[in-house]
Amino acid sequence: MNTAEQHSPQEPIIEVDGLVAYYGSRKILDDVSFDVHGGEIMVIMGGSGSGKSTLLRHLLALNRAVSGSIRVFGRDMGDVSSRELHRLRQRMGVSFQNGALFNSLNVEDNVIFPLREHTLLDDNTMRIMARMKLEVVNMAGFEKLMPAQLSGGMSKRTALARAIVMDPNLLFFDEPSAGLDPVVSADLDELILRLRDAMEVSIVVVTHELDSAFRIADRILVLDKGKVLVIGSVDDVRNSDNERVQNLLNRRSEDVVVDPDEYMHRLTDELTGL
Amino acid sequence: MVRPVIEKVGIGAVQAIEEAGYQFSLFVESLYWLIVGPFLQQPVRLRIIVSEMMKIGVLAIPIVVLLSFSNGVILALQGIATLKDFDAESQVIPGIAYSVTREFGVLIAGIVVAGRSGSAIAARIGSMQMSQEVDALRVMGIEPVRFLVAPILVSMLIMMPILTLFADTAAMIGGGLYSGIVLSLSLTTVLDRSFDVLVLYDVMQGIYKSLVFGLLIALVACSNGFSVTGGAEGLGRATTRSVVMSIAMIVVADMVFTYFLTR
Repeated sequence: MNTAEQHSPQEPIIEVDGLVAYYGSRKILDDVSFDVHGGEIMVIMGGSGSGKSTLLRHLLALNRAVSGSIRVFGRDMGDVSSRELHRLRQRMGVSFQNGALFNSLNVEDNVIFPLREHTLLDDNTMRIMARMKLEVVNMAGFEKLMPAQLSGGMSKRTALARAIVMDPNLLFFDEPSAGLDPVVSADLDELILRLRDAMEVSIVVVTHELDSAFRIADRILVLDKGKVLVIGSVDDVRNSDNERVQNLLNRRSEDVVVDPDEYMHRLTDELTGL
Repeated sequence: MVRPVIEKVGIGAVQAIEEAGYQFSLFVESLYWLIVGPFLQQPVRLRIIVSEMMKIGVLAIPIVVLLSFSNGVILALQGIATLKDFDAESQVIPGIAYSVTREFGVLIAGIVVAGRSGSAIAARIGSMQMSQEVDALRVMGIEPVRFLVAPILVSMLIMMPILTLFADTAAMIGGGLYSGIVLSLSLTTVLDRSFDVLVLYDVMQGIYKSLVFGLLIALVACSNGFSVTGGAEGLGRATTRSVVMSIAMIVVADMVFTYFLTR
């Protein structure tokens, strides 16, 4: 287990306060508040439809909050200019669920891409930097492969190399273990831990994989139906007496009590002639 | 009975206005990046513009030339057959020259580019949207409009006039060859007669239209690409919609511009 105490608790890198989000008229996040400290691995955990991907999109300023605030590196993401957001994003790295590699570029060019856009380095220097990061994620030798030729694990590792090529202070992982076999998944978890230690970077991981979450987390935030059920260390979450948390940890489905009147209403809603 | 129809028309009108507004915002944002980008160390990359010019323009030259050549021959066939009744077959030469430079050259170039590149651009941006590549660009601090839309817009505005000139030339050669054979004239004589009647404004009418067509195709294709939702089916729908909308807008814009340019 990795405790947050092993890393100096500095100013929060991320501060989320009372975040509310909607898709259309459906409330997806309801009063979500938490913070992430420097050098910490925060795992956001929850089942499908819990709102964790929406939360990630808000943290990345891809979606705007209806109410509440998100501060990253001390700046309110709802209030920054596009130039400042641009600068902030250069201090972040993101590894998307399916890698989101650019299909028209090979592995090396994918990793070089942020350097090419944000720096004035010469081509050879950029290639050396990209190859260094590919070494870190065990992708050396695969530089010339195209994304379509990569396995799921290789795509994720390449995406990780691209995410760290600008040496970010904050890393986001969306479902790093999804679709991977347990061995590859464990390798990726180890890689995340090594990166945190080597780069002193704060990491936010969104996942529904319990084993992975417990292996890498300093703290875990459990989301359910858009609400925070619990935030705490791995032990805090394991020992939580919240029934929903225990259901999630023990992979138990919840028995939903059906109201007969509501059930009939759902079946006949919007039907005419009844 | 009437209310649902009115509602549908209203919703459709609002969506169309929204879409037009979105396309206009893509245009303004592209202009912003083209002008301001270099000062912010975020230029629109020349190598991407060249690559797009290759895909949109250079690779389309063979099909534009083939269709325009055929169109020129068709115009000559129809022209001679019609003018024969008035014993004025020789007038087919200026007829072809005017109609090709003012109208058909640019229309063929526009329809080919809309079919080829309109669909390809919508599909490319749409699949990038689906596989989160557009999100990846954003979180890397790279504005998708600067990276994806602006180069396409510039390439369209450069390549559409060039393709139009290719189309004009091919159609005049096609029409000239057939007319020459029927009227027992050499191709050089036919082309000389064509250039005698043409003035620069005739060619420029086609060029002005080609700029408008290029703008429309780029914005319609990009906006359809960015609005892809719903997986492979959504991607197919957006691609088809992009082509149909581009061609429809080209023809309507052609009508409007022709009205003003011929007054």
